[in-house]
Amino acid sequence: MSNPEHVHDDAVDTTGHTTGQFTDPGLPSYHRPRQGDVDPKAADKYERQVAVLFGISILGTVMTIWGYLALDKSEDVAAIRTMNMVLGTGIFLAMIGIGLGAIHWAKTLMRDHEMVEERHELRSSDEAREGAIQNLKDGAKDSGIGVGRRGLLKGSLITALAVAPLSLLFPQIGNMGGDWNISQFRHTMWKKGTRLTRDPDGTPIKASDVTIGSVFHVIPDGLNDLEHGRLEEKAKAVVLLVRIDPRQLNIVPGRENWSFDGIIAYSKICTHVGCPVALYEQQTHHLLCPCHQSTFDVANGAKVIFGPAKRPLPQLPIAVDSDGYIIAQDDFDEPIGPSFWDRLKGSTAAAEGSAA
Amino acid sequence: MKSLARRRYHKSAPVILVLALLAALTTIGAFAAPSRAEAATASTSDIAEGQKLFAANCATCHGLSAQGQDGIAPSLIGVGAAAVDFQVGTGRMPMQVSGPQAEAKAPQFNQDQIDQLAAYVASLGGGPAVPTAAMVDPALGNPAVGMEIFRTNCAMCHGSVGGGGALTQGKFAPNLWKTTNTHIFEAMLVGPQSMPVFNDANLTPEHKRDIIAYLDAQKAGSPGGLKLGTIGPVAEGMWGWLIALGLIIGSTVWIGARSS
Repeated sequence: MSNPEHVHDDAVDTTGHTTGQFTDPGLPSYHRPRQGDVDPKAADKYERQVAVLFGISILGTVMTIWGYLALDKSEDVAAIRTMNMVLGTGIFLAMIGIGLGAIHWAKTLMRDHEMVEERHELRSSDEAREGAIQNLKDGAKDSGIGVGRRGLLKGSLITALAVAPLSLLFPQIGNMGGDWNISQFRHTMWKKGTRLTRDPDGTPIKASDVTIGSVFHVIPDGLNDLEHGRLEEKAKAVVLLVRIDPRQLNIVPGRENWSFDGIIAYSKICTHVGCPVALYEQQTHHLLCPCHQSTFDVANGAKVIFGPAKRPLPQLPIAVDSDGYIIAQDDFDEPIGPSFWDRLKGSTAAAEGSAA
Repeated sequence: MKSLARRRYHKSAPVILVLALLAALTTIGAFAAPSRAEAATASTSDIAEGQKLFAANCATCHGLSAQGQDGIAPSLIGVGAAAVDFQVGTGRMPMQVSGPQAEAKAPQFNQDQIDQLAAYVASLGGGPAVPTAAMVDPALGNPAVGMEIFRTNCAMCHGSVGGGGALTQGKFAPNLWKTTNTHIFEAMLVGPQSMPVFNDANLTPEHKRDIIAYLDAQKAGSPGGLKLGTIGPVAEGMWGWLIALGLIIGSTVWIGARSS
């Protein structure tokens, strides 16, 4: 295939490059000429078509320039849309016209001959190969590696090679250090006495504001004052606060004083992969995650009733302070969001759970 | 004779006639439509009329004194005029078929009758009132503030620009572009069906108006041209895959094909 001795000459090669070993085999018997090759009228037709395509490109360019100069450049949405539409269409026509025209030209009118591109053999000559091996051998001999001399050089070189990657790796491991602080996954901004405030303006919420059927999107008091890491803290601490008719609310055993007269707060971070779960249906008390349709039953401890999430949303224990505002009793008692490393807590319990 | 007849009826005469009729009708309609401020004041006769309408159209499910029936229809005592104006004004009530949720349709009553019904239900015990025209005027709201509030409280169900979206088990959050400003305000106030309540302590009336201003600003459309339903990256991705990828494959096949 890649033998340089065998040169396949093209049938209509005009360069005269032949070795004389082969006669021109001509076009293969199955070669079918195109319309443009045999019919001058068809060729003219193709020529016109290509010219029309190039003409479309020219029109697109003119259209773009006209649009840029003539159209309303105000910041009105309708004006921006018109401008974008005209410029976009114009540039599209300018580019596609040239592209289609060039391909059509090449396909219908350019010469229809078959070409073979020669390639040298990849293998080097035997002398070159032997020479290279000899060079390597000579080099090894000169350096003394492998024959037991100059042990100090050998040892220090190997040591230097072994530790050199650390110069690249060490700063990166150092940068990772902060993220390996796993306690940040276990705790959020919520503390005993932190007021629940409205997202986004941070105003506190009175228990009496939360009427039955209401839903409040909640951030911890003081979040908006954070100088650094505000979004990171927000991403962990967001809470959904709802009030359900106490007759319809089934409180999880052990959490009897975690809610207040039907007012109940859950983490808004899905336990599947951490999307904000916030599609609350007040009649069914279902809370739907928009990413993968995990559905939580808020009236029953936010347990999973549908979808890929594996555990209920963590509940934020709340109380009401002397001014009537809703406060947190404590942080969540478990890590929020998707389970990580078996949630670093009760890994034996998790193992028992999976065994059961 | 023929040419005479042709001259008597100009070609565009029917069109002009229809346009004139339409103009006349809209003028009459504009004068006849009651302003909401007038309608807000309910008289005892309105309440009596409303009670009749209620008994004839709503009592089957909600009960003769609007006390509701367990598992069939909720009590309407204390839901307020705003709830009635929203539910009946958007055609959701009277409900035509049982289903995942009552869907909007052409309202079955005119605004006078809806106001009478609302007056009757409001007379049963308080509840939020129908907002005034100034409370829902988008020109008075701040769309930028509205966007922030909408994003936090509404966008998860109704989509980032109010295009609507799916909920569980056949329920859905409707798109908000054709909903009147009054109905948007009322829906936040009363929390119809699956929608939670956003009372005035949660979103102040000014904030509600800001949201209306934000939604109103969406009516100007998208600066990018085709909106693709604005239901998010899935729809846009589908266009990218099916249409754009289809074009790429099509042109590849064309480039590779032999000319005839």
